[in-house]
Amino acid sequence: MDKLIQDLKVQIIAQLNLQEVKPEDIGDDQPLFVEGLGLDSIDALELIVLLQQQYKIKLSNAEDGPKVFRSVKTIAEYITDHQAQNSQQ
Amino acid sequence: MPVAIYITASAGISKARVFKNEKSVFENKTADLPDFLLAIYHHFGLKYPKFHKMDYLSKAGWLASEVLLKDSYEAGKYKPEEVGVVLTNASSSLDTDLKYFESTKDIASPALFVYTLPNIVIGEICIRNGLKGESAFFIFETFDPDFIENYVSNLINNNILQACICGWVELIGEEWLIVLFLVEKNLNKADHPLAAIGTESMVFKKENLNKIYHLING
Repeated sequence: MDKLIQDLKVQIIAQLNLQEVKPEDIGDDQPLFVEGLGLDSIDALELIVLLQQQYKIKLSNAEDGPKVFRSVKTIAEYITDHQAQNSQQ
Repeated sequence: MPVAIYITASAGISKARVFKNEKSVFENKTADLPDFLLAIYHHFGLKYPKFHKMDYLSKAGWLASEVLLKDSYEAGKYKPEEVGVVLTNASSSLDTDLKYFESTKDIASPALFVYTLPNIVIGEICIRNGLKGESAFFIFETFDPDFIENYVSNLINNNILQACICGWVELIGEEWLIVLFLVEKNLNKADHPLAAIGTESMVFKKENLNKIYHLING
């Protein structure tokens, strides 16, 4: 999980062009939107693209977005759960 | 009745230089477009994370507006609704349109899609400076000072605007030229640095727009 969280931080910075942010600036539990990193709705769409491109995961229910993208840790948990479900099938 | 309107500041970005009030203030002959724009950003000590998310047209236009307004525009001097932005170019947003089209072959990029209109650069300038006045973007084959003079004068003479950022923001591939003017109805001659050389060169008319455009274009 720790490796996945670190990878996600690097990928988020690259995908969202957060050139003035370093991976260590992003806390695992830090909110990504509004008061945290200050991401906006376009960034949310880019995070969905990131999940598709890097992890082959399609967010099946848009209403899950706020919960999944709350922090880097919640994204990592979503990816881990998704990968576990796939390996069982 | 028409009032006296002045070009109170100008700024531009040519192939390798940045200009302010007809003087070269930064030069970098070796950088390609992304590095050149980033070098300008750092040279002028700008801090605006949104800059890094902009497309190249918006970056170039936004950077030129920062140079234009620095030390030349007093925030709060006008109401937000009294300051407008009127820009023109030849290639619209084609530079980003093509990049977006490429991205659609894999997964279309939302971040690119939002820049597939030329007037987004106006939005970026307005958001940065809290401007809410009349804005418009026009496409011409070449820089048209006659049109800019007539259109912006009409906005100011009819009291729709008190001040306007206007000019040319052309960028496609590795070719770009940005020329911006700050135009105001009132001129405080005592305070204005350009007034010392005479106000005739500052009058908002096509001959002066053309002179500055060609100076920056080289």
